[in-house]
Amino acid sequence: MKDAPYAAAESALAGEIAAAHEAGEPVEIVGGGTRRALGRPVQAARAVSTASLSGIALHEPGALTLVAGAGTPLAEVEAALAREGQRLAFEPMDHRGLLGSSGEPTLGAVAAMNNSGPRRIQAGAARDAMLGVRLIDGRGEVVSNGGRVMKNVTGYDLVKLMAGSWGTLGLLTEIAFKVLPIPEAEATVMLTGLDDARAVEALSAALGSPYDVTGAAHGEGRTLVRVEGFAAQIAHRGPALARLFSPFGKAEIVSGEASAALWRGVRDVEAFHGREGAVWRVSVKPSEGPRLVSALKAQGAFAALYDWGGGLVWLLTAEEGDAGAALIRAETRARGGHATLVRGSAATRAAVEPFEPAAPGIAALEARLRAAFDPKSILNPGRMRG
Amino acid sequence: MQMPEPEARILSRKAEIVARLEAALSPGAVIHAEEEVRVYECDALTAYRCPPLAVILPSSTAEVAAALRILHEERVPVVPRGSGTSLAGGALPTADSVILGVARMNRVLETDYENRFIRVETGRTNLSVTGAVEAEGFFYAPDPSSQLACAIAGNIAMNSGGAHCLKYGVTTNNLLGVTMVTMEGEVLEIGGHALDAPGLDLLGVICGSEGQLGVVTEATLRILAKPEGARPILLGFDENEVAGACVSDIIRAGVLPVAIEFMDRPCIRACEDFAHAGYPDVEALLIVEVEGSEAEIDDQLAKIREIAARHSPREMRESRSAEESAAIWKGRKAAFGAMGQINDYMCLDGTIPVSALPLVLRRIGEMSRDFGLDVANVFHAGDGNMHPLILFDANKPGDLELCEAFGAEILKLCVEVGGCLTGEHGVGVEKRDLMEHQYSAADLEAQLRVKDAFDPRWLLNPAKVFPLHVTAGRRMAA
Ligand SMILES: Cc1cc2nc3c(=O)[nH]c(=O)nc-3n(C[C@H](O)[C@H](O)[C@H](O)COP(=O)(O)OP(=O)(O)OC[C@H]3O[C@@H](n4cnc5c(N)ncnc54)[C@H](O)[C@@H]3O)c2cc1C
Repeated sequence: MKDAPYAAAESALAGEIAAAHEAGEPVEIVGGGTRRALGRPVQAARAVSTASLSGIALHEPGALTLVAGAGTPLAEVEAALAREGQRLAFEPMDHRGLLGSSGEPTLGAVAAMNNSGPRRIQAGAARDAMLGVRLIDGRGEVVSNGGRVMKNVTGYDLVKLMAGSWGTLGLLTEIAFKVLPIPEAEATVMLTGLDDARAVEALSAALGSPYDVTGAAHGEGRTLVRVEGFAAQIAHRGPALARLFSPFGKAEIVSGEASAALWRGVRDVEAFHGREGAVWRVSVKPSEGPRLVSALKAQGAFAALYDWGGGLVWLLTAEEGDAGAALIRAETRARGGHATLVRGSAATRAAVEPFEPAAPGIAALEARLRAAFDPKSILNPGRMRG
Repeated sequence: MQMPEPEARILSRKAEIVARLEAALSPGAVIHAEEEVRVYECDALTAYRCPPLAVILPSSTAEVAAALRILHEERVPVVPRGSGTSLAGGALPTADSVILGVARMNRVLETDYENRFIRVETGRTNLSVTGAVEAEGFFYAPDPSSQLACAIAGNIAMNSGGAHCLKYGVTTNNLLGVTMVTMEGEVLEIGGHALDAPGLDLLGVICGSEGQLGVVTEATLRILAKPEGARPILLGFDENEVAGACVSDIIRAGVLPVAIEFMDRPCIRACEDFAHAGYPDVEALLIVEVEGSEAEIDDQLAKIREIAARHSPREMRESRSAEESAAIWKGRKAAFGAMGQINDYMCLDGTIPVSALPLVLRRIGEMSRDFGLDVANVFHAGDGNMHPLILFDANKPGDLELCEAFGAEILKLCVEVGGCLTGEHGVGVEKRDLMEHQYSAADLEAQLRVKDAFDPRWLLNPAKVFPLHVTAGRRMAA
């Protein structure tokens, strides 16, 4: 945006990238640095920090929009939104606990990795909430796409392309988000003691109900379904879901802060914090989640947690050899899914592909797109794909 | 409206091209007689027409791929087409182009209620997707007003929205995967069944690319469980500004209606005359719909009444039954038809920040006086997607041009206040020449490079979306 507090910083960074392009010198884009240990170690002599791109340029509560610099700490954005009773609805995960990292996660990283938590099933992913971006491409040119309005089909949607590109197509400088009101109340309907397959059946039943479920997770013997809204709505939907669950067992209803704490745990994969081993994140059809896990367990030692109704599976396994890569990829692909190594040592991440390799036709297309945005491959080279 | 000169080398090879296509496709799939191709000379932007070289109606992805390989070799431009309801001229042919229609590909390939998706061939109409799953209590959320006719193919290409997208999002938010055939005839599987896909978000950029990146033949769509119920409230106000402020307050209060529709006086009047919906005689009217159980609906509507009451509404009419709901929606649903009865009209589609609503409505009123053409406003107020309808007389020389000039001024105003040229109808040919008002040369160049990556020869729908002078070099080089 014009007059954004980070406008001068954007120009300066564009100059830096243009010089790097000129020199053919790769750079690593660093925000808060809390997820540096995710993906391939970047092959770059130099880091470029987004810290100078900090500040909220616009927050219009009545229009549900927020525009801020990519280097703005996520915590600052969340606090500003909370003051107006609003939030980023896609519930981005905080990776610090899982990765054992420190620093302040930034808004740009949330966008660049399309970081979406449990509410993804109902409110959409980060990419769905992103209304517009500004970025610096690999030539040092500033490009803007999308805008700050809720509906926009003017030209190609490069906003989505940027979401989840891990800084390999451009350095994001500014992001406009759709934000949503924080509901008055929330409750979690909890079942205990179900096996994985039964648990996912219960989650499917809840997601196929009219109660507008905003979280559906299973792990450590607990099966959780969340509803949010006005107090009167929650008073209706909580018990309605408990009744729906009666074939699965007697459900308990947890509300308020206790419910919120459960979902922070799901979001941040808390059950794996402090436990040794490699952590994988797998996406499949929800009904395939438990089948995948039992196939894996028949061939090795795995612990599993489920989110997104069973469609997002977190796996913990020993970090020996390829950290389970070949086995996990084979079983996942056989089910039409894909797997990402989220936690592993630098050696493991250099030896196995952390991101799912693409089919040949898609890989060629991705390579052409990369070359279109970053012809000399100077932005985060190697991070996502070789 | 300027379109590229048709290429003589293509026109002169029509017989050979048709013969090759006929050999590759099933019988009856190639249409080339002059009187028959005329059916495809325009879409719903009927002011512009041009019969294509030929029309092909393949019946499978494999046939689409075979046809595209031939057309790529022959270097013939291809205009993909769903049902031809585009309001932006997205499916308008040129004389040297082949229309590739997916209308014959309309099967449901898979329904999976446990995992909540449906896979269809993209020629299937929007409404019939919901039709295929509603017996099980599910629906497909994006609901353009044209849903009876428009195809999923066009919905994906335009990233179409609908009245209920305030809560459920537009096409891109409900699309999980597609099968797409490139101009070279390569079949790509993009996305899948999961809520995220590996690699770059190609699906995100394909959705809304107006048939310029590939031909989408199959799609996996999210389906959702139907809510327990839904009911609207109708609110009437003496001033547009006040209605606009009320919209903002409802949104801020945390009530998330599924729809907030806005109509101004000229539109209310036309709907009254046409549909006799029994609307009050007010300056501005809102229809706000909420979902849930009966008790939840009562509770939310009470909250909305409370907010509206602070804005001294002239009328608050809460629906208590299915009949009353239908009566409230009747006029709104008939709005376009009603306007069509009394006049020729052009429907605009700019989006603005909700906060700019009062200013923009006032400026449109002033411009209406300056241009001497009436405007009726009906739009999705919750998300700022405006649909000003400019009334004109197609039989009056110069009126269409005047109307287009007025439309362009309104769209420029939308951009000026922080909005955009089009919220859901797409750029097509209609807004092509305004793109430079919204985007800088570098912004446009980044988009053109994306097309280069998908369609290096610039054969897919090449004369759309970008101003012709911006794409000339690329189109000529191809
Ligand atoms: C009365 C009326 C009301 C409308 N209401 C709405 C509304 O509420 N919301 C809304 O968003 N729109 C609305 N529209 C606009 C229109 O219906 C939508 O844009 C719709 O999605 C077009 O679908 P279609 O199948 O008719 O596409 P077409 O008109 O056939 O084509 C539209 C675009 O899609 C491309 N395309 C078609 N098929 C393919 C394919 N297989 N692969 C790649 N590209 C393809 C075409 O090249 C073209 O650029 C309305 C139109 C009318 C006439």
